[in-house]
Amino acid sequence: MAKENCIISLQGVRKVFGNTAVVEDFNLDITKGEFVTFLGPSGCGKTTTLRMIAGFETPTEGKILLNGEDITKIPPYKRPINTVFQRYALFPHLDVYDNVAFGLKLKKIPYEKTDKNGNKITKLRHLTNEEIDKKVAKALKVVDLDELENRDISTLSGGQQQRVAIARAIVNEPEILLLDEPLGALDLKMRKEMQLELKEMHRKLGITFIYVTHDQEEALTMSDTIVIMKNGEIQQVGTPIDIYNEPVNAYVADFIGESNIYNATMVGKKQVRFLNHAFDCVDDFPLNEKVDVVVRPEDVILTKVNAESKEDLCGRIDTKIFKGVHYEYVIMVGKNEVTVQDTKERNIGDIVKIEIEPENIQIMKKEVTANIYTDAWINNKNQVMISEFPFEADVTQILPGSQIDEEGYLVGKDGKKYDLNDADVIAEVGLNDLGISDIEDEKCLSGVIVDTVYKGDHYQVMVRTEQDEEFIFETAYTWNVNDIVWITIPKEKIKLTLKGDIKKYVKED
Amino acid sequence: MVKKIFGQIYIWLILLLMYLPVLVLIAFSFTEATNVGEWSGFTFDLYPALFQDDAIMRALGNTILVAFISALVATLLGTLGAVGTFYSKKRTKKLIEGTTQISIVNAEIVIAFSLTVMFVFLGTYVFKDYIFSFWTLLIGHVVLALPFVYTSVKPKLQQMDPSMYEAALDLGAKPSTALTKVVLPEILPGILSGFLLSITLSLDDFIITAFTRGSGLLSGAGKIETLSTLVQAKIKKGPIPVEMRALTTIIFLLVVTGVIVISIYRNKKENAAKVRKGRVNA
Amino acid sequence: MSKKTSGVNRNFFHFQRKYLAFPYAVFLILFVIIPILIIVFYAFTAEEIRPDGSIVTVFPRVESFVNFFSNWSKINVLFVSIFIALQTTLLCLLIGYPLAYFLADKKVNKNAVLVTLFVAPMWINFVLRTGATRDLLTWMNINGGNAPYLATLIGMVQNYLPFVILPLYTTMLKLDKSQIEAAADLGANPVQVFFKSILPQSVPGIVSACTMTFMPTMSSYVISDTLSEGKITLFGNYINLEFSNKAWNDGSFMALIMLAIIGISMLLTSNTGEKEESRGAGLW
Repeated sequence: MAKENCIISLQGVRKVFGNTAVVEDFNLDITKGEFVTFLGPSGCGKTTTLRMIAGFETPTEGKILLNGEDITKIPPYKRPINTVFQRYALFPHLDVYDNVAFGLKLKKIPYEKTDKNGNKITKLRHLTNEEIDKKVAKALKVVDLDELENRDISTLSGGQQQRVAIARAIVNEPEILLLDEPLGALDLKMRKEMQLELKEMHRKLGITFIYVTHDQEEALTMSDTIVIMKNGEIQQVGTPIDIYNEPVNAYVADFIGESNIYNATMVGKKQVRFLNHAFDCVDDFPLNEKVDVVVRPEDVILTKVNAESKEDLCGRIDTKIFKGVHYEYVIMVGKNEVTVQDTKERNIGDIVKIEIEPENIQIMKKEVTANIYTDAWINNKNQVMISEFPFEADVTQILPGSQIDEEGYLVGKDGKKYDLNDADVIAEVGLNDLGISDIEDEKCLSGVIVDTVYKGDHYQVMVRTEQDEEFIFETAYTWNVNDIVWITIPKEKIKLTLKGDIKKYVKED
Repeated sequence: MVKKIFGQIYIWLILLLMYLPVLVLIAFSFTEATNVGEWSGFTFDLYPALFQDDAIMRALGNTILVAFISALVATLLGTLGAVGTFYSKKRTKKLIEGTTQISIVNAEIVIAFSLTVMFVFLGTYVFKDYIFSFWTLLIGHVVLALPFVYTSVKPKLQQMDPSMYEAALDLGAKPSTALTKVVLPEILPGILSGFLLSITLSLDDFIITAFTRGSGLLSGAGKIETLSTLVQAKIKKGPIPVEMRALTTIIFLLVVTGVIVISIYRNKKENAAKVRKGRVNA
Repeated sequence: MSKKTSGVNRNFFHFQRKYLAFPYAVFLILFVIIPILIIVFYAFTAEEIRPDGSIVTVFPRVESFVNFFSNWSKINVLFVSIFIALQTTLLCLLIGYPLAYFLADKKVNKNAVLVTLFVAPMWINFVLRTGATRDLLTWMNINGGNAPYLATLIGMVQNYLPFVILPLYTTMLKLDKSQIEAAADLGANPVQVFFKSILPQSVPGIVSACTMTFMPTMSSYVISDTLSEGKITLFGNYINLEFSNKAWNDGSFMALIMLAIIGISMLLTSNTGEKEESRGAGLW
């Protein structure tokens, strides 16, 4: 199962604290000498995974193999793995030398000895003082602290303490060095310096580094392999370049680098529609498939508007920030924002033409589980507007325990009034919650069936409205493409989430 | 300015009033008159007399022995208790902490009386014998000091970086080694102050001693007499025995020396801290 | 299922650490919890003489309860004790509060050693100290013969003042200076500054000072015995008397009343942050 040269292998690892699983089905093989980074937001399980490798936590399920041997239940002091802790965890009662020598003084090494009968036997002995001296000096040299060995820990700066922590770990010549957000406490400049130094150290020592961070830039700069985690699960494993250029899903794309992410639909052979515009692309997905599209800000090309061509995608510059090498613009295309990095200076309010090279459109498969409308909003009758059509909805679900008063304001438990008119919301409707009818009804939203897919025991049918909004529903019956249908949604089936803080909408009396 | 002068006068006045009885006793330790306030000529005779008084010397010896032994036991138990509880589950922690709180706020006389009743009960129904001895006295003093050791050690554990213990394990230390080489040095100041506090409480104690003592130590077959019980027996009948004035002088000098030592130690620590700060900035 | 996972979850090296508390817990159970349970048991037990002359202990009985509440002198002693304890606490606060304030004020006192000096009497034997006070007061003609109450009160204040100074001083050091300055800046006169800013901020210290004085004053009997020459009897004296008379049942009931008072005062003070820990912590 484990691949060649694999030093550590996590197999089906799961960790549960109380009732919550913090790590779920974690499978990973790490090659000898690799620099692997676990990247994710806080609470994604990356530190817990590291602690399981170190031996501070035991997996609830699964196995951890080191060089093919099961170490799942081996205590930390018997593992050839050392850790650099987040807040260093140096021993304040010892000086720099004794901190670094701590592990060496405990270590026993085998040696051969001839006993009385002339047989060679192997015994264990502690390291001699000279051996310890030599190793400590070497380790301190690696971290550039050879002058400070007699200093007290409390007299060192944060960066120096960091180096002692590294020296203390590498002096034991571990097969794997674990680093738990080691640069988190340093200031930006120190952090950049240490990043390069760590990378250099990794090259020189030739051992495996497993690094935990929430800083995507740190991960991109230093790692051979990045493991992106979310809610205890691995999202993607790959080289920094792979992960940047070909994120497997919107989450990864969003986490790594800046990006524009849109809901999109395949509208033709290698053609994808988003921003109300059809783009050529290089990925071939089935027609009418719902997908996520990622476009990096540096890949959006801005040009002058060509008055003659009505086919062009245009937008208005909304904000402008000078970033040194380039400007960062936010361009409004309808209700959508496009973030663009461009070296040319433009003015706010300018209308520009937007182009994207086909190879710069990264298309990611999306599992449709519900109809999600991210640009819905609430009108003055407390109806939710989807595809410019008002649907009755229960807006009290936005604020638990609230109700609507006779004037139509939302009243919270604390008596505060909220005016939800024009509030932007995300509306979610389940695939089985749409009512579809082929009988004309002026009070309903109408659309054309553009696609039906047979899913074994039911059909997944897609309806497109005049406003190019799509509704997907599941049904046991057959519908014909190009039929016109009318859509109803039961009031209680629309799930609403407010964009931004409800405090924005407090009605001042 | 007015505030400063008034404040200083107030401070020194109260200080004088607090020490006045002891100072008067010290002054009259240089005369042999029975009552404080009578002067029968200057003499040092009370000092050699003090050291020849077997009863006082025995009581002093007992007091010191009980204080040291009980402080040692309390410090050991209390430290282990604080460390163990710190790493226990929430519920165990709450239970132990609650009980510790109870014995801190409990009145000395209730501690003394309840222990005595228990010892009587045990003596009557279990051992079928009179069980009051050095051991019951020791238990009494340990009960008195134990919660204070616990509360001295606990904050040191809380201040400690929790990864420190893990770091030790990570570097190859067995749990026992990690505790003695990393956790112990970290909480040592708390342990020491707990020990000193135990000694103070034991030296000063009267009620628990009076209730729980039996025969033993330097008192042999007689009831263990400590300084507290001895002095109490004497002052019930009349003024403080003349030799004890000399003893007061000696104790006072020891306390003053203690205060001086502490303040020198504090100054040193502060200075060291200042030097450190300077270095970090440089 | 959940049981099974918790078994696997348990960390092998956590095991040993928490078991260190075992002897401590056992000691507390044996010599704190069980003695309290025993006095509860004894408080509601009585000894009965059988016709054949043998003595048996019977539970549950309310003799001790009746003995206490039918004996007016015992109830009187309870009230006198509470009264003296309140007076002592109040006097100690009145003297100790300004003292702690001045000690903590850098403009008045720059010397931290002074604070140690105020606490140092605790290291001179308590009984010896009490005797010294008595001898001095006798010399000044304030004795058990002519002023037992005054003598007792002086002795109490003398003895418990250090217990008040320490917690008050610790809270005074932590006073938010900018809040006091802000109050003055906003036009409060010194009296208003004191009542609106300084006093509210020092409440935790006052509470812990009170708990450290009130209960010991009620329960200690050496001071009242010595200074009033036996003329003033406090609750502690009575319990001591029951001890001397080996009246375990009546004594237990009185100890139980003490415990109840302690429990009530604990409940009253439990919501003010400052814990008893400052009692020991500041000493060293």
